[in-house]
Amino acid sequence: MRAFRNLLAAGMFGAAMFALLTIAARPARAQEEAPTPPAQNWSFNGVFGGLDLAAAQRGFQVYSEVCSTCHSMNLLHYRDLEGIGLTEDQIKAVAAAVTVPVGLDDQGNPKTGPGTPASQFRAPFANEQAARAAMNGALPPDLSVIVNARTGHANYVYAILTGFQEAPPGFKMMGGMNYNEYFPGHQIAMPQPLHDGQVTFADGAPNRIENEAHDVVTFLYWAANPEAIQRKQIGVRVVLFLVFMTGITYAVKRKVWADLH
Amino acid sequence: MADPSAAVAGHHGPADGVTKRDFLQLIALSGAAIGTAAIGWALVDSMNPSKDVLAVSATEVDLTPITEGMGITVMWQGKPIFVRHRTPAEIKSAEDVQLSQLIEPATDASRVKPGHDQWIVLIGICTHLGCIPLGNKPTDPRGDWGGWFCPCHGSQYDTSGRVRHGPAPLNLYLPPYAFETDTKIKIG
Amino acid sequence: MAGINKSEFPNPVINWIDTRLPIFTMMQKEYGTFPTPRNFNYLWNFGALAMVIMMIMIATGIFLAMNYQPNTALAFDSVQRIMRDVNYGWLIRYVHQNGASMFFIVTYIHIFRGMYYGSYKYPRELLWMLGVVIMLIMMATAFMGYVLPWGQMSYWGATVITNLFSAFPIVGQPIVTWLWGGFSVDLPTLNRFYALHYLLPFVLVGVVFLHVAALHITGSNNPLGIDVKSPQDTVPFHPYYTVKDSVGVCVFLLIFALLVFFWPNVLGDPNNFIPANPLQTPSDIVPEWYFLPYYAILRSVPNKLGGVCLMFGSILVLFVLPWLDTSPVRSARFRPIYRQVIWLFVLSFVVLGYCGMNKPEGIYVILSRIATLYYFFHFLVLLPILGKLERPLPLPESISRAVLGGGGGGPMPSGATAKPMEKA
Repeated sequence: MRAFRNLLAAGMFGAAMFALLTIAARPARAQEEAPTPPAQNWSFNGVFGGLDLAAAQRGFQVYSEVCSTCHSMNLLHYRDLEGIGLTEDQIKAVAAAVTVPVGLDDQGNPKTGPGTPASQFRAPFANEQAARAAMNGALPPDLSVIVNARTGHANYVYAILTGFQEAPPGFKMMGGMNYNEYFPGHQIAMPQPLHDGQVTFADGAPNRIENEAHDVVTFLYWAANPEAIQRKQIGVRVVLFLVFMTGITYAVKRKVWADLH
Repeated sequence: MADPSAAVAGHHGPADGVTKRDFLQLIALSGAAIGTAAIGWALVDSMNPSKDVLAVSATEVDLTPITEGMGITVMWQGKPIFVRHRTPAEIKSAEDVQLSQLIEPATDASRVKPGHDQWIVLIGICTHLGCIPLGNKPTDPRGDWGGWFCPCHGSQYDTSGRVRHGPAPLNLYLPPYAFETDTKIKIG
Repeated sequence: MAGINKSEFPNPVINWIDTRLPIFTMMQKEYGTFPTPRNFNYLWNFGALAMVIMMIMIATGIFLAMNYQPNTALAFDSVQRIMRDVNYGWLIRYVHQNGASMFFIVTYIHIFRGMYYGSYKYPRELLWMLGVVIMLIMMATAFMGYVLPWGQMSYWGATVITNLFSAFPIVGQPIVTWLWGGFSVDLPTLNRFYALHYLLPFVLVGVVFLHVAALHITGSNNPLGIDVKSPQDTVPFHPYYTVKDSVGVCVFLLIFALLVFFWPNVLGDPNNFIPANPLQTPSDIVPEWYFLPYYAILRSVPNKLGGVCLMFGSILVLFVLPWLDTSPVRSARFRPIYRQVIWLFVLSFVVLGYCGMNKPEGIYVILSRIATLYYFFHFLVLLPILGKLERPLPLPESISRAVLGGGGGGPMPSGATAKPMEKA
């Protein structure tokens, strides 16, 4: 009887968690406006997920050569690139190759200079108004945490990048918009950014749209969650430790309560 | 509901010394202590300098734009650092000083890096009460020994940054630095 | 209460302190030898779990506060700096963020235990009401805490909920302006929410202290709902319940760790990764999951003031629960009808939560109205009537009889039933 009630308590707790997680994993509410993006294979998926460093580095190249023309990543600094495997010298070289604001000159006017590892990623526009002015009123969102900021996460961003198509017959497109299969409402202000062979990778990896998109999303996932791999590694150890501790404390509990029964 | 461990427990009493229960309790308590220490360490370590602070904890200075006789001021860990390119005359006057004449005796060689004695790198904070001495700009007064002059209370330093006229008691401090190449130093 | 009583602890240091301020004697009495019913099930762990998570939240909150910037221009970035640059900042932040969810899960189950076993009945009415106060403080703290990261949901959630107060006639809009410190949710609002969010947990600690003090006057309830009759009914809190609570703590931490380390954002809203933008409303404004049932109640009424009153009423009704329930029997174990219909109440709460996360259209409107009606029906109609009409099962003579099954075992023959809980 008692065991049943204990099971009930544990079951309630577990059921509450299960209900929560089921609720949390609900499909995107925008489903009626766009299909659910298909699941892709990501190196960072799963409890033991790692980060494909080569893909992340290629993704950084895609970002630098293509996306950074319009999209900022203001939360990242060049020193962070250590997280995708760049050496200190490579980071210095990457930073020095860009021109970033470096403070004021003697007259008090803003001046620019080569970046350092401590610099923020170079932003394409000085501020939101400048961006909107250049983009016909649309604001290209900052990409630092874009993978977390959209339901569907990495799968969604990948689907957007590879989802540009001709509008189906009868679909009314507004001026200046582009048809995208997975964007809610199907009309996105961004023209298709990635094409086959657009970026040439130093390691000779394939560079069709799917590859470029896969690599840049891997990079963007890292950019949004730089701690993810270390977090999961620590998590495995913590969970194992707690399973062990649950067993030990339960054994002590049984021993302590034994003389009562 | 017979509890099998009850039978076992019946055979072990506290009089038996270290029992299996005590052992288990010890392991449980140790585990709890380890867990608490791990969490505690994470919290304490979060107060250590964060990555963005560490990123500016070392400053690199390119020496090529600093011509002979010129000095610049750079910031390092919140402090002003004087970097001066000394003329041969300044080097000689620094080396020729008798140690007994100094308020805080120190050889010039001990205050420069070997092979680079034309470069003097100092923390630009007066050792009296912390003002920033003048002497880097060409228009600044440099004091009677050609080094630096502190406008707050009149302390004067020579071309090696050694105090020659009080009220400052000590020479200007040296920051940790090293030559990465002949034209670049890294401070910190 | 004058006079020093010489302490009896053997250790000289402890003895010296205890003679002058008997904290060790107090700890020994309240948590060492305190007589506790021997028949607790694991549902009785959840109060201790709530205290554990409260301490974790305060500790992580203090370390987050060392790095957070309560300025609308800096807040979002300061949280990201914690995640990226502060050593173990990501861990402290995720523990604090998911800890809020764990705090509510534990508290909801703790409240369920109280409702099922009649822990709110005489003489524990004040204990229960202090608990409702704790829940209100938790909700205020959590609401303000969610605003601090200054994401889209932070801003718009704050706007919607503070705007609710404008429903009150005449004083409504001035109250809202006063809450905001301006004409919309902005820098003054964020700053004061930060100050209050830091303050309220310490108020909470005080109320929890009163809650435990009240409990220690009356003693704990137990799954049978009958009073402790003799020392055989109880065991000392230490080591029996310290050790049983430690098992519960480990299971709790295990589930907590799974969330923090593997699914840290699953209970959150992706919109909160977008910095707050007063010029752009998200397509769905949804509070955190633990507020969803109340959100659904709010939206179930087409009238703004009605919705506000019903939403606050759904919590205020808890205060008077001890007087709404007329049953002379505490524990649902001996209330054959109540023990079934309470699950309907739980179902209505879950349905309300589900409705709260969806847009108020179509079937969700009808569902939320039915569930809201049932929620209030349970408290205002069912409980008063059921207590009078229900025939409870015979109560056991005592806890030790029921647990140890002494002489004959089980309940006494009819005509010799133990008295239900004695009233003063």
